[in-house]
Order: sequence, then structure tokens, then C-alpha cells
Amino acid sequence: MGNVQIVPPREGEGTSRRNFYVVAIYGLWGAISAALGLPALVYLLFPPKAKKGEEWIEVGDIGRLAPLSPVELTFRRTRVDGWKVISEKSTAWVVKTADNQVTAFGPQCTHLGCAYHWEDAKGQFLCPCHTSLFSIDGKVAAGPAPRPLDRYQTKLNGSKLLLGKLQGSPEKKS
Amino acid sequence: MRRRIRGVNEWVEHRTGIQSAVRQFLYEEIPASSGWHQVLGSVAMFLFMVQAFTGALLAFNYAPTPGDAYNSLRYILTELTGGRLMRGLHHWGASMIVVVVVLHMVQVFLYGAYKKPREATWMVGVVLLLLTLAYGLTGYLLPWDNRAYWGTVVTTQIAGQAPVLGPYLSRLLGGEGAIGVVTFARFYGLHVLLLPPATIFLIVLHVFLVRKHGVAPLPGDELKAKKKFYPQQVFKDTVAIFIAFAILFMMAVAVRVPLEQLADPTDTSYIPRPEWYFLFLFQTLKLFSGPLEVVGSVVLPGLAVLLLILVPFIDRGQMVKVTRRTVALAFVLLAAIGWGGLTAAAVRSTPKEALAAAVDYSGPTDWMQLSPEEMVGIAYFRQENCVSCHAIGDQGKAVGPDLTKASIHKDAAWMIQHFKRPSAMRPGTSMPPIQLTDAQLNSLAAFLLKLNEKNATALDNAPDFAAQGALLYQTNRCGACHLVNGGGMKIGPPLNGLSKRQSRSWVEDHFADPRKMAPESIMPSYKLAPKDLENLTSYLFALPD
Repeated sequence: MGNVQIVPPREGEGTSRRNFYVVAIYGLWGAISAALGLPALVYLLFPPKAKKGEEWIEVGDIGRLAPLSPVELTFRRTRVDGWKVISEKSTAWVVKTADNQVTAFGPQCTHLGCAYHWEDAKGQFLCPCHTSLFSIDGKVAAGPAPRPLDRYQTKLNGSKLLLGKLQGSPEKKS
Repeated sequence: MRRRIRGVNEWVEHRTGIQSAVRQFLYEEIPASSGWHQVLGSVAMFLFMVQAFTGALLAFNYAPTPGDAYNSLRYILTELTGGRLMRGLHHWGASMIVVVVVLHMVQVFLYGAYKKPREATWMVGVVLLLLTLAYGLTGYLLPWDNRAYWGTVVTTQIAGQAPVLGPYLSRLLGGEGAIGVVTFARFYGLHVLLLPPATIFLIVLHVFLVRKHGVAPLPGDELKAKKKFYPQQVFKDTVAIFIAFAILFMMAVAVRVPLEQLADPTDTSYIPRPEWYFLFLFQTLKLFSGPLEVVGSVVLPGLAVLLLILVPFIDRGQMVKVTRRTVALAFVLLAAIGWGGLTAAAVRSTPKEALAAAVDYSGPTDWMQLSPEEMVGIAYFRQENCVSCHAIGDQGKAVGPDLTKASIHKDAAWMIQHFKRPSAMRPGTSMPPIQLTDAQLNSLAAFLLKLNEKNATALDNAPDFAAQGALLYQTNRCGACHLVNGGGMKIGPPLNGLSKRQSRSWVEDHFADPRKMAPESIMPSYKLAPKDLENLTSYLFALPD
């Protein structure tokens, strides 16, 4: 083995073999990345399999509610939070309209989620964060709020008010 | 366009030097003999990255405190899409990394690649092996099921036996007295905060040392021209990594990792067993008893690790061909036989109760809420093979109607008549009559009435032992005295939560002779066949508390 020298392989053969290696390296790593990455995205982005929470929650007697004067009703509801089912306090602004219809608004401003309140003097809902104003039917009267207040589904059982899902915000529509 | 890319590359290269660094890494010269036998280190490193990736993903949906840990893991397994795959990858990846790291060491050992000047590389490698095992030990507790809890009880007790350091070790692990939140936090902290950076640091050091001394050549290599690492050896590494990953992925998909019941420190019947790669240590422990126990639990393993670290200083001969390293080969064979023998002995001595978890909580457990009668319905449903014609949700064939929808329109009386003479209730039907007694048909109807699209898949998962156990429960008329899931009588004690009150063997003995176990009992004795006894007891033990 005196004269060790690299015999360069013929040009075509060498490069095609080299190309095969390179393509295989990229291909196999691509397959591995896809097999790990795609399930990871599914795992992180797909919503958990639905667990049913309470359908209708009784929030109180509205028999003596005066028309056109909103009140904030507090109630407890159970909510599925990840691996837990939690019981939490929640509120709704309930309005009896002139024709005795009942509307229940979700308690958060549609702008950035602050808690708003009823200004008796103005006859409007006011959000203190960025001074969004909503009229008594939930429509935006002034300020940066992009859409009317969200509404709960409502059902009356005698004079007892039952609330269902919160509707209106685009991401909560199912 | 091409010129612009080159411009950007040059800019980056000028500022960071990253391209030339990568090039230097890839075009590293390796001995002519390099090849397939040197891929294992890369595979181990790849598996470590898979563990880090899947571990981080699991941590995104995991609550590291005892009770919540179990619930959040169940949430990952039963409610998140891909959650079972992630846990499968992490669980089997842990086993696989141990296998690959050991094989990597065996290869280096057989070839004598630890010899001068590569002693430090070897010693860092031994520490990496220990870290790999430390991950397995600490990760074992994190599901917080019975297996995790009792396995860790043993581990911390062993650590406490270490001479001199014992009490301090067990205090460090939070295992003084009982295992609880402190131990859990320590194990979790080690597993995700301390071990990973330590591992990364040592891997970098290990690879740096490999690069510094170059890949170990074989005798005769010095006469041949060197090769480049890229692309040929990178290709071989990649193929090996891909094969390892394919095996891991298939295992994660196909082999279900069970989750046992929530850790129960009062469970007196649980037989803990360590992970398979620790079984040999567990068996070694059994060879020593009394004051000598510490020899098996701490002294021997400690000496073995010391020996492993000192290998390069014990064998200081010249590098020779692998085929002439008969002593090394004999040593590896001996170690393999010893390990295999101890592991086999440990498996053989494990009662089958401890091998097969009766109930797998990693799947839906709605079936546990069913009454015994409904459960019996499942048994008949399977026995009569109703699925061969009827669809259940989206499973089964659709010759007959989808049974998840039928129950809405029919009552039990109609169903029983229909079971007996299908054509009388529905002229022209191709359904054959079902040859069961009235009581049996009643159970079948009760089951079908409860069936809807939501619970159909869960009912499909009811284990066979539960259906068979419920069948025995009904034929022996246990419900005439006992209460299960709110149904039955209260003459005897309710059977929910039985697993919390009595051990399995107690219950089995109690069937044979109730008064021997509980003198006040008015229960008659039942002589059951062994298989029946097992099914009935398993069923009763699976009932919710």
C-alpha cells in the first residue's frame, strides 16, 4: 500500500451519488419534521373534545323588574376550564324593554373586555376604560366599541329568568 | 435573484461567520473506516431532542401538582387531539433513549474508542447515561397514578439507605416520611428545570471532545485517506435516525400507554414495579437481605458506575482491531447475560396482577357509571354480535338501523317483543330472532335505551372483564342485597369504593367463605371458577367510588 492516492471517481457517478445523499438527507429530515410538527400543531390548535356544561342557568326572579331600568344580576355557573369543571360567579345586565321583552347582556364591553355599567343619568351603558357608550338596546352609541353588546339566550319560566349561551361575539359562536 | 441571495449570505457570513462554522462542522474529516457502526451517538442526540420537544408540548397542558397532574394527564389523553400520540412518543422515547445510549456505549466499548486521548469523552458519556436514567426515575412519578406513586416510594427509600448520605438524599428528594407535594415538586423540578440544561451542557461538551480528538480511527486507518463527514456519513446518521423515529412513532401509535387509577397511598394491595430498565436493580436488591440490603441497593450499583467511569484507566493497551478484543467482547456478553437473567427473574417473580393494570384510565371511563344490568346488556350485545348488522354511531355495518338513534322512538316492551319475533313487530325485516331469556332480553333493552351517539364510543370501550363480571353479578343475583351505581338493595354493603376498603385477595377469599373474613356476614358463600372470580373481582374493583 505504498502509493495511497485518492482515485477521483468519474465525474458523473460521483455527483449523482452525492446528489442522492443530499436529497435523501433533506427528504428524511423533512418527513421527520412533518411527522412531529403536524401532530404538534393539531395538539396545540384543535379545541378539546366538547364537554357539555350547564345548558340553562336560573339567574333570578324578574317579576318586579321595572321596564327600561337595567340591573346587574349575579349568578353562579359551572364552566369547563381545561381539565377542571369550575363554579364561578358571573353577571348579566338584564333589561326589561317597554313591550315587556327581556334582554340580558354579557357583562363585558365589546371593545377590549372591560366591565361596563349603567349610567342612570345618561341613560346609557358606559365603559370606563375607553369611554364606549351603548344605548339601552346594546347598540354602540359612541366610542371605540366595534359591535353591539353580546346577548345571552334567554328563556322565561314564569317570572324566573333563565340564561343560555352568550351570543354575539364572533369567537364564541359555535 | 440568485445574486441577491448570495449577497444576503455574504452579509450574514461577514457578521456572524455562521456559514463557515456550519461548513467546518459538516466537512470535518473522519477516518476511512467510519460508517454504520458510528451512527448511534447521533440517534441518541436526536431522541433527546424528541424528548425535549414532546416534553414541552405535554407541559403546555400539564399541571405539576399531585392531584391535578393526574387529571391534566387524563385531559391530554382523552380530550386533546394528538395528546395520546404526544404522551406515547414521550413515554416510549424514554425507553428508546436508554436502549440507544446503552448500545452506543457498547459500541464504543467494543471498539476501545475510549482509549487515550479520549478518556474524558468516555467519562462525560457515562455521566450522560446516568442523566438519562435520572430522567426515567423522576419522570416516572409525574403521571401520579398508583404505579408512579408506589414506584417512587421504593426509589426514595432506597436513596435513604445510602451510607452516610442517605438521610440527606431523602431530605433532598422530599421523601422524608410520606411522598407528597414536596417530593412531587422536587421530581418535576429536576425533570424539567435541572436535568435538561445539564444534559445540553454535557452533550455539547461530549460532541466538542469528539471533534477535538476526531472520530476514533481503527488500526490501519492512518494509511488510508480521510473522508468528509458530509454527505456520506450524515446520510448514514440520517437513515439510522429515521429508522429509530419510525419505530418510535409506530410504538406511540400502536402500543397504548396505560394510566392507572389516581395514586392511592392507602392502597395496601398494590405491588409496585419499576420501569423495565430498572428491573435488574430491583432483582439485585432481592439477593441481599437484612443489613446486607444496602450492598444490593447502593454499594453494588455505585461500584458498577465507578468501574464504568474508570474503564479507560483500567484498559490502557494499544488500539487493536475489534475482532481481537475478546476480553471486551466477553465482558459485554457477561454483562448482557447478567442483565437479561436478572430482568427475566424479576419479570417471572412479578404476579400477573402487577403486570396487567385491570383498568386503563387513559381512555373514556363512562362505562363505569353503568348499572350492572346495562353492563350485562353490553355482554349480550357482544355475544349476539349485533354490530355485524347494526351501526353504532359511525361504527359497524348499516344493514339494520343505527342503534344510537333507534332508542329515541321505542320503549323497552317494544324492543323485547321485537327481539323475540322481529318480523311480528316489523314485517319484512331480515333480523333473526334473539335466543335469550326474558331477563336477558331485559338487560339488552336497558342497555340499548341508554345508548346515544355521545356515549356509544365509550360503551364500545367497556373492557371484557367488566361485561363478564356484570354477567356473573347478575346470574348470582348480587343486586338482591348490594348496591352498585345507585341500583340494587341495601341489605349488604354498597359495592362502590370496594377497592378502597378491601384488598383483592380479601375479596376473593370472602367469596369462598364470607364468615371467615367477616364473622357477622350473612352472605352465602360462592364457589366461582378462577376465571369468573377474577372477572367479577376486577369488575367490582373498577366501580367508581
